[in-house]
Amino acid sequence: MSTSSDINKLLKSYKKHNIYLDHAATTPVDPLVKKAMDPFFIDEFGNPSAFYDLGLQAQEALADARYRTAKILGCAPNEIIFTGSGTESDNLAILGVARAKGKGHIITSSIEHHAVLDSVKHLEKEGFSITILPVDKHGLIDLRVLEKEIKRETILVSVMYANNEVGTIQPIKELADVCHKKGVLFHTDACQAGGSLPINVKKLGVDLLTLNGSKIYGPKGVGCLYVKSGIRLEPIVYGGGQEMGIRSGTENVAGIIGFAKALELSQKNADKENKRLVSLRDRLIKGLTRIPKCFLNGHPIKRLPNNVNVTILDVEGEAVTLFLNELGIYASTGSACTSKSLDPSHVITALGLPYEAAHGSIRFTLGHATTAKDIDFVIEVTNKVVEILRRISPLNLDSDEIQSGRGSIHYK
Amino acid sequence: MKFKAGEVQYITNKSLMPIKIVKNDTDVSAGKNKWVYSQSVKSHFFHPENLVEDIKKFDESKYDGVGVVGSPACGDMMKLWIKVDQKNDRIKDCKWQTFGCASAIASTSILSVMVTEKGGMKIDKALKLKPQDILARLGGLPPRKVHCSVLGDKALRKAINDYFRRSKQFKRIVTEGTTVIDPDTKITDKDIEEAVLEGADNIEKLQQKLKVGIVDKSVKAKAEALMKKFIEKYYG
Repeated sequence: MSTSSDINKLLKSYKKHNIYLDHAATTPVDPLVKKAMDPFFIDEFGNPSAFYDLGLQAQEALADARYRTAKILGCAPNEIIFTGSGTESDNLAILGVARAKGKGHIITSSIEHHAVLDSVKHLEKEGFSITILPVDKHGLIDLRVLEKEIKRETILVSVMYANNEVGTIQPIKELADVCHKKGVLFHTDACQAGGSLPINVKKLGVDLLTLNGSKIYGPKGVGCLYVKSGIRLEPIVYGGGQEMGIRSGTENVAGIIGFAKALELSQKNADKENKRLVSLRDRLIKGLTRIPKCFLNGHPIKRLPNNVNVTILDVEGEAVTLFLNELGIYASTGSACTSKSLDPSHVITALGLPYEAAHGSIRFTLGHATTAKDIDFVIEVTNKVVEILRRISPLNLDSDEIQSGRGSIHYK
Repeated sequence: MKFKAGEVQYITNKSLMPIKIVKNDTDVSAGKNKWVYSQSVKSHFFHPENLVEDIKKFDESKYDGVGVVGSPACGDMMKLWIKVDQKNDRIKDCKWQTFGCASAIASTSILSVMVTEKGGMKIDKALKLKPQDILARLGGLPPRKVHCSVLGDKALRKAINDYFRRSKQFKRIVTEGTTVIDPDTKITDKDIEEAVLEGADNIEKLQQKLKVGIVDKSVKAKAEALMKKFIEKYYG
């Protein structure tokens, strides 16, 4: 049998499935969320700033959404600012705090989302000094390293709650405590954590916290920033003075209502859903890591209930995901081929793995609709796809060398 | 970003003059029944031609030249073997293996078809193959993917140079913008650098690979020194 005919056989032996495993990219909107949003498109479309009935209705609905969001976060409603995305909330937190202070030193980690990393790097151009903390091989920050890096001039530390690519969960409370001991503000990007992990800001001890709707079965285009009362932020958007003067622009009423509903639902169901997801997640990890020269990226235990990220050596991630796509399995890769910059994932390389490991990384993020049957199908198909692509590949990398961070070329 | 069939776009590649490519024959914004690449890329990705079927049974000695380009760290690497009809100076067989994304796999596949179809491509013509020739046959690639298919023609030129070297046609060897270390075999510093990256860690292995310093023995020491420099650079 030739490889070409084996590919044919593989593609023809299954009917096209519809298995979405990219929930870290975005989630579908929960039907209950959509239902909550529906009235605000046509009937109750008013501008919350207007003081006739239609406007007041919108204002009331907005206040209700803010109140409910605050209740879940364990803060006061006036500590909640709604924005247009998680990215905007991250930008507002970092640029806002820094510009209000005017000068100083900012610390973040090497595995942050670009919304944080690029904001911090931009501030460097504005004269701020920055430190980017390394992480260990599982993606965790060392508390002692953070403590050592905090200087007298440090004004802000920003570390993500859970990583979007490898799912590693940081000890947020401990990190915040280290910062507060030295009188430094602490922001966390909780976009990936919002749907499954505890997000009471008092218990977490954070000063600023970013969330967004599109990762928690809410609408896209809505973000939220918790800002502890008393912290001054310089706005990044100017205009009509909405959101307590911090974020101008007519409020996305339907979106904000959807966000609040989505946050309530996901937090209410988190315990039960997490148990289900962890079991599916571990089933997938076990199945995939049985593939020779395939290993898990990120922390084995301290990881998001829905995140599986593996490196499969000798094959390239985009090629694997395109095969999976052809069979109706939707997953993503840290390979350079799918990034706009043609650089492989900065997160995988920050774990100390060489570029080869990033090019062969594949992320599956599970969700409400994922079943055990889906997982078994993904394992079966991925095995076959990898077997075929390895036949096409001239590489034969050494798994131990790669995992210890040493990349060198091996040919068959 | 929408590409319409037949549109022409100019792309500037660092290592090349501005090159002209035919735009993708499909809409690059993926959707229902859409694909990120052209139909031609899709067809060669899912139905690759001239693959090395089983590397364990593959008899490399039956081939006249081999070329390797790229690296696993870059995310694209291809290895290509050619068999040459010496009498007619044509390529009569071409087999390959590629590590990389869909466009890298498809572009190697289509290149192998281009050089072997119609009785095989003349060596002189094969040496002149340009990335845009491959791109045109692929129905274009998204701009940022162009570098992948640039590799194919480089691998082919290396395989042909390897053939020239093995058949002692040293005068025909084409060198590209580097310093020639051995005038007889036209081995360049770049060749030595790549041989080191490919595992040459002593002069015997280097000579086995490159035949450097075989005619003029005085070159051997120079090549060895250079090899050591690159070993220091990459593995030191």
